[in-house]
Amino acid sequence: MKLSTIVGLAGVAALVVLLEILIGRGYISPFLIAPPSEVGVELVSLWKEERLVEALFLTFGSTLASTCIAISVGVPVGFLLNRVRILAEAYEGWIAGLFSAPLILLYPLFLVLFGRGVMTIIVISSILATIPIILNTMQAFAQVRRVHLNVARAFKLTAWQTFWKVQLPAALPTIFTGIRLALIYSMISVVAIEYLVVLGGLGSLVSDLYDRYNIPGMYAAIVAVIGVTVVFFKLATEVEKWLRPV
Amino acid sequence: MASSGVKVGKGLGRKVQVLGVQVVTFLAVWAGWEALSRSGLLYEGVVPSSLAVFPAILEHLVDPVFWDHMGRTAYEVVVGFALGASVGASMGLLLGMRRFLAAVLEPYINYLAATPKIIFLPIMMVMFGVGAGSKVAMAAISAFFPVAVSVYRGTLLVNPVLVRVARSFKASQWTIVKSVYLPSIVPPLLTGLRLGLGVAIVGTLLAEIKLSNKGLGYVVIQHYNFFRTADMYAVLIIIFVIAVGINTLMDRLANRFSHKV
Repeated sequence: MKLSTIVGLAGVAALVVLLEILIGRGYISPFLIAPPSEVGVELVSLWKEERLVEALFLTFGSTLASTCIAISVGVPVGFLLNRVRILAEAYEGWIAGLFSAPLILLYPLFLVLFGRGVMTIIVISSILATIPIILNTMQAFAQVRRVHLNVARAFKLTAWQTFWKVQLPAALPTIFTGIRLALIYSMISVVAIEYLVVLGGLGSLVSDLYDRYNIPGMYAAIVAVIGVTVVFFKLATEVEKWLRPV
Repeated sequence: MASSGVKVGKGLGRKVQVLGVQVVTFLAVWAGWEALSRSGLLYEGVVPSSLAVFPAILEHLVDPVFWDHMGRTAYEVVVGFALGASVGASMGLLLGMRRFLAAVLEPYINYLAATPKIIFLPIMMVMFGVGAGSKVAMAAISAFFPVAVSVYRGTLLVNPVLVRVARSFKASQWTIVKSVYLPSIVPPLLTGLRLGLGVAIVGTLLAEIKLSNKGLGYVVIQHYNFFRTADMYAVLIIIFVIAVGINTLMDRLANRFSHKV
């Protein structure tokens, strides 16, 4: 383990102990920040009551579903846009604009269209996640080196062979950067909408515990959300590393 | 000369073609929207006709009460963004100058930067109340991360030789920040500010949608609750135009500076 990692973990442990002492001595109200020990107890009991497990499954499932939809739409669309230059020139600016637009604010509109259910969460999250995949896929296929394509031609590869043997392997790392962004984006959007609309999942668990004024429980659920983020972040980084040869 | 003339003509033709595709797409989407709203496939009012939405936009824009809501949101975004961005920029600079501290904190900052910030809203409401305070805090937390990360990455691009030269001339810490770091972190800082302002706007509006009694987010969710869909579309379009406009302006600003440096 690296020294910086050890110092970091020690710092977190020290912060937990410090908070426990400050709250125990009454310097910080337990209604503002719950004592870490109580948060731990709540975390265990939420797990045992299976509310946490259920919420985790729903949030993971919705995030993965949105990402898969985004991949299956975004990669072909990005590939086609790169083939048909006129469409790429016409739409690239728009798509880049959408990337920085606050699309998540449209969720009430999707609630009206698709009803108050998990379906709505998946639809809007997959739209949000599709955009970085389209942009990265376009860039990925545009970056394939001329020399490689010339070699493919010299060996008289068919279009199909060129795609599978040359273009796709060359494009994959950049496409994966898009997929990594898509995974994080859909997770953020799933949890945020769960929290706002209270339709189940980790986000609504946080909202529900706040509404009941169960402050330690609320902190426990927030810790769980951060934990899920760490898992997705590591997952995405590892897969990307594994796919990137250099 | 002749060949270059042909080239310009060709380029122009291409531009017209691209514009043509854009106009056709725009009209097709609009026609699709109108067709959907009149088709009877969906319940009435789910997708309002654009003929109902455009007057609603005008009605909102001339309504002083709406401007009052807009003012509240602007206040929350500006104050929160100013707080979050200045703390974030200082944090990024500090991490850039203290590499060990950066190595310790970097994973935690990365994780928290990827966490959906809205999930911290209940903590903010417990600490700062359900009024404007918690929204300002949301904007601040949202803006903090992109600014801190961008500035930190910017400091990594600073040539270490320059820092050593400044040290050997016994430059004070402040002089090093001002003369060595600041000039080279301006472009990443501007990028961070653009991203930070964008997420601060989203964070504030989502917080207002969740729980508030004033602001644009409150207006959206009130329209939703009373099924005034045309009005809801109108307010969402206004929010979008403002958000995209601010983003474009910041982008122009950032490009201008990065070309200068």
